[in-house]
Amino acid sequence: MARSGPIRVLLAKPGLDGHDRGIRLVLRALRDAGMEVIYTGLRSTPEQIVRAAVEEDVEAIGLSSLSGAHQTHFIEVSRLLESHEASDVLLFGGGIIPQQDVEGLSAAGFEWIYPPGTTLHQIVSDLKAELRPESVQGESTS
Amino acid sequence: MSGEDHRPSRWIEQCWEPFVSEHPERIDGFQSASGIPIDPLYSRDGNEAGPGEFPFTRGIHPSMYRGRIWTMRQYAGYSSPAETNQRFRFLLDQGQTGLSVAFDLPTQIGYDSDDPQALGEVGRVGVPISTVDDLDDLLEGIPLDSVSVSMTINSTAPILLAMLLAVAKRHGVSPDQIRGTLQNDILKEYSARGTQRFPVDASMRLVVDVIEHCSVEVPAFYPISISGYHIREAGSTATQEIAFTLANGIAYLDACRDRGLDLVAVGRRLSFFFNAHNQFFEEIAKFRAARRIWARICRDRFGIEDDRACQLRFHTQTAGSTLQAVEPANNIVRVTLQALSAVLGGTQSLHTNGWDEALSLPSEEAARLALRTQQVIASESGVPDTADPLGGSPFIEELTDQIDRAASNIIQEIDERGGMLHSIKDGFVRNAIEQSAYEAQVARDSGEMLPVGSEEGGEIPEAPFHVDPVIEQQRRGKLEQFRANRDLRAVDSAMAQLEQNARGTVNLMPSLTHAMESGCTLGEVSSTLASVFGEYQDHG
Repeated sequence: MARSGPIRVLLAKPGLDGHDRGIRLVLRALRDAGMEVIYTGLRSTPEQIVRAAVEEDVEAIGLSSLSGAHQTHFIEVSRLLESHEASDVLLFGGGIIPQQDVEGLSAAGFEWIYPPGTTLHQIVSDLKAELRPESVQGESTS
Repeated sequence: MSGEDHRPSRWIEQCWEPFVSEHPERIDGFQSASGIPIDPLYSRDGNEAGPGEFPFTRGIHPSMYRGRIWTMRQYAGYSSPAETNQRFRFLLDQGQTGLSVAFDLPTQIGYDSDDPQALGEVGRVGVPISTVDDLDDLLEGIPLDSVSVSMTINSTAPILLAMLLAVAKRHGVSPDQIRGTLQNDILKEYSARGTQRFPVDASMRLVVDVIEHCSVEVPAFYPISISGYHIREAGSTATQEIAFTLANGIAYLDACRDRGLDLVAVGRRLSFFFNAHNQFFEEIAKFRAARRIWARICRDRFGIEDDRACQLRFHTQTAGSTLQAVEPANNIVRVTLQALSAVLGGTQSLHTNGWDEALSLPSEEAARLALRTQQVIASESGVPDTADPLGGSPFIEELTDQIDRAASNIIQEIDERGGMLHSIKDGFVRNAIEQSAYEAQVARDSGEMLPVGSEEGGEIPEAPFHVDPVIEQQRRGKLEQFRANRDLRAVDSAMAQLEQNARGTVNLMPSLTHAMESGCTLGEVSSTLASVFGEYQDHG
């Protein structure tokens, strides 16, 4: 099941939120770590995101929201992935997400919800550990 | 040395005395708690330009806060017009002196609350306003001729201004009595804030339409607030913040000149908006340098001789991006220091963030504490009792000079690249901001600039503020009712007129005001404009 080669990730900002500082930093960090990253830009709809994810055959989708619309959009992405029989795609998210919403997002399949203050290294190493466990063996002793 | 040696007698005679004879200071004769008299200005060089004198490094008014304390203007808005109206009244009751409206994203981008694009976003980061009736509800009981209203709105700024004029008319307030500020700064949206709806050139036309219309019809209103705040939040340095902001200012003045507007009249009604970040002294120096550079730009580049038209007047907000989710009470201290730097930098108005805003919108308690922070600085610290208290400090003056030089170099680089519009379109500005954001993130991740109390493993508390999702349904009902009660023929005819004028070159404010008065909604008007101008596309 685990693939080899560069990890393929799609990053997106669903909804109308224009805060893209965080996601653009993640984009850069993932690329610097050798991953192939597609970023669909501001105001992507859940349909566009899932369509792009299926077409691009990505292994993970990262969503960012700082506008409070995460419940609507994140959960819709998860639902659409299932209806496209693509629920094996790893989901993660970040932004201003209240603690009390994190549980519901986990139940909807979100592996990680990164709060403000997360290091870029954390996101890179989580993705590697999950998707290329063989590559991190021996590397992560710290 | 006696105190007498430091009295800048030339400035007192030529600038301060004539000013205070017309604008008396808050009290007669300021003094410290131990009875030491506090002068309006301290200066080692009696010939240097004081506050109120070109290039305004030391402040734009001769008496600064001895005359009037800055305007305390807390940005607020959420859920519904009626709920936000309650928060406004609460803030005014607590001693706030101006209003500042936060709109939700659908309103900022031009979608009605019942548009499919608005799903999940209604009332989240601000108040939803789709119709004139909504704005009327928002401002209910607020005297528009005495309370100034600031509106953070850009792509749809002309539409919200049209609504404001329509609401004022309903209440018998004439346009020349309306005070306040419209952000109307579209350029920074493309490189830092992300609520642009139309392509750059069409947006610039709308910006100038607003400025032109206000200069004639709404003369006491500030039709634009050229904003560095979001550029900084997106990750720029202090130097880039003022360089890109002032370069945007140049682009607006160029556009106004091309339209044939009188730059003295325009210059007198420009306002700016900056960020107060963590580095205390650098921030103070930044505000001082920004005033000086802008005054030079107005005089040397645009030939504006009028002093008031060369003054950089600005609003400040403390830096949201510095707030931490872990141990959030520490943010009270961060906000206090940032607010103090804005006051020492000579701001005209100030918003202090709530300590819980890394978690959600602020609770009422946090919003009150943020306002109280300003009140403590204003009433208890003595900081406002002399103009530019740090001016003349070798450290502050050197920082001011260096920021002036570095920012002026960036502005020159933008000139050499063909100007700001070009540098926004080709991504230069955005990439420069992102590079700085990346460097700051690397410094943080490496532990070099780790915020106090945010070591790994800290607990993040629950968010204190929650918008009830039922609001979206209520808004749909409200709009349905609004649409059912309007005269469709009037709506159609107003929209047809607007579309025709959008295809031409006339100022769109009269047809927008007519459209709002005829019962058109924000979403309908925005999509009509988009059908003529096109939609901006972000490709990441």
